[in-house]
Amino acid sequence: MAISKRITEPKSASRRPEQNKTQRIRPFKAPVWELRLYVAGMTPTSIRAFENLKKLCEEHLHGAYRIQVVDLLESPTLARGDQIIAVPTLVRRLPTPVKKIIGDLSNTERVLVGLDLRPTGDWR
Amino acid sequence: MASPTTIKKKIAPSSGTSALALEKVPTGIRGLDQVTHGGFPRGRTALVCGGPGAGKTLLGLEFLVRGALLYNEPGVCIALEETSEELITNMASLGYDLPALVRAKRLAIDYVHIERKQIEETGEYDLEGLFIRLRAAIEQVKAKRVLLDTIELLFLGLKDEGIVRAELRRLFHWLKDAGVTAVVTAEIGDRSLTRYGLEEYVADCVIMLDHRVNEQISTRRLRVVKYRGSSHGTNEYPFLIDDQGLSVVPITSLGLTHSASSERISSGVPDLDLMLGQQGFFRGSSILATGTAGTGKSIFAAAFASAACARGERVLYFAYEESPSQILRNMRSVGINLEKWIKRGLLKIHATRPTAVGLEAHLATMYQDIQDFEPGVVVVDPVTNLITAGDLVAVKAMLTRLIDFLKMKHITAMFTNLVFSLDIQETVVGISSLMDTWLVLRDNPHGESERVRTLNVLKSRGMPHDTRTRTFALSDKGIKIHGNQ
Repeated sequence: MAISKRITEPKSASRRPEQNKTQRIRPFKAPVWELRLYVAGMTPTSIRAFENLKKLCEEHLHGAYRIQVVDLLESPTLARGDQIIAVPTLVRRLPTPVKKIIGDLSNTERVLVGLDLRPTGDWR
Repeated sequence: MASPTTIKKKIAPSSGTSALALEKVPTGIRGLDQVTHGGFPRGRTALVCGGPGAGKTLLGLEFLVRGALLYNEPGVCIALEETSEELITNMASLGYDLPALVRAKRLAIDYVHIERKQIEETGEYDLEGLFIRLRAAIEQVKAKRVLLDTIELLFLGLKDEGIVRAELRRLFHWLKDAGVTAVVTAEIGDRSLTRYGLEEYVADCVIMLDHRVNEQISTRRLRVVKYRGSSHGTNEYPFLIDDQGLSVVPITSLGLTHSASSERISSGVPDLDLMLGQQGFFRGSSILATGTAGTGKSIFAAAFASAACARGERVLYFAYEESPSQILRNMRSVGINLEKWIKRGLLKIHATRPTAVGLEAHLATMYQDIQDFEPGVVVVDPVTNLITAGDLVAVKAMLTRLIDFLKMKHITAMFTNLVFSLDIQETVVGISSLMDTWLVLRDNPHGESERVRTLNVLKSRGMPHDTRTRTFALSDKGIKIHGNQ
């Protein structure tokens, strides 16, 4: 609950019809990253995961993102749709392909690799 | 404090160390409840392990389906290996309508898919998501039974083995607290029972399934490796997967506790009865008729069968060499009319090629046929051909189990056995020791151009019998043994 309330950005007018209770999704300028964070209650791990995610998005996505937090204790049936078994799980729904990152997202580099924000090879 | 029954249970040797008898949940799977002495432990988790294709998923699903249909215990299947559609198709081939059970809220299937390629792991996590899904499914159908198939795929899907292990431990505790009876399937390991050592967590009841293919013939076996707080059959039991699902054949060497009947029944050949202390075979005994090709073994078997039918007993005739119509035609030529007994429902001929299925499958089929038909007499003609379906040790083990089973039911059985040399002592399977009566048929050269058939009662336990070798002749009047007064 508390987590949901903390999501305030980004702001926009329209709203996707199928997403109802957890969070309002408001498109920003394209390309917009659509991220969903699955948690099970307000555990220290879920709070940490959310904070890590928020910080990372601020730094690397420059506001072009939406985060929806799904608390599976409140909506257990949503776990099936995205095939969630572990929590926290971050799902990158857009851009496709769907990516999943499990854990408290404490290793920023790994998260960036997982989100395709960093090339996996060392060609740099 | 303790009631007389608890004291009784405490000292009863069969109930192990537990003071209170373990409550069990019948699986409803044919034979399995006998082997486990009542089913799986209620409110606990049973582990079913085995190689690929051993039948683990089927056993688990049957546990759920039969629970829902027979015992009013709805079930939840958490499927990590096969999709719901695959499970539905597989079970449909066994006549189970899973979608109907799902619609009726007797069954919930949740397909859990873990695509490792899609998943990155960073930092701490737990498997609460899986718990939540399981809980939701249990609540949805008010489940009493749960199948986790195959839970160890979590090890393949997730990198942090430490977390997976800790979470599995939590899962099994949670299942116990939830009061559901669970079945967990696992792949067999090289050095341990299961590849990831799941037996460490689920130690109450462990079932192992085995599927061997020997000389292109497959045999399936089931063994209760462990059952804490309960007695259970310890042997390897053959099991079958047929169009009705899984069935275990709980035939084991029952030991020598069967009661022996002193009732005598005719062999169907009056002259032979005279040789057997003038009264014929003992009811419930096993008779072996050995002989080289063409000595008339089947005719003795048919005469015996016909006489039993004439007494009004049912006869089950397992033919492993000839088709029913061939047997009927041949026996007509020696004056034995088996057709009328078939028409009256007293005789049933079960003809199969021995190589069609494995030995255990034969045993299982025989067992079920005998259970269904309840015959007084069983004929196996010839038992030799079963040897082509298994090795000698296996054949002997199977025959021992079959004979024990028949004796327990007071069924008189005649086995014919083809031998290839005249040295009758080396009876192919060494099965003669299992037999009460042994008839040796021979085909001897007589002069230049003739052959003459001889019969000798080599042994017949518990009765004075004729030890001489007699000649006999076959005609359209049947078998005539010479030399009787």
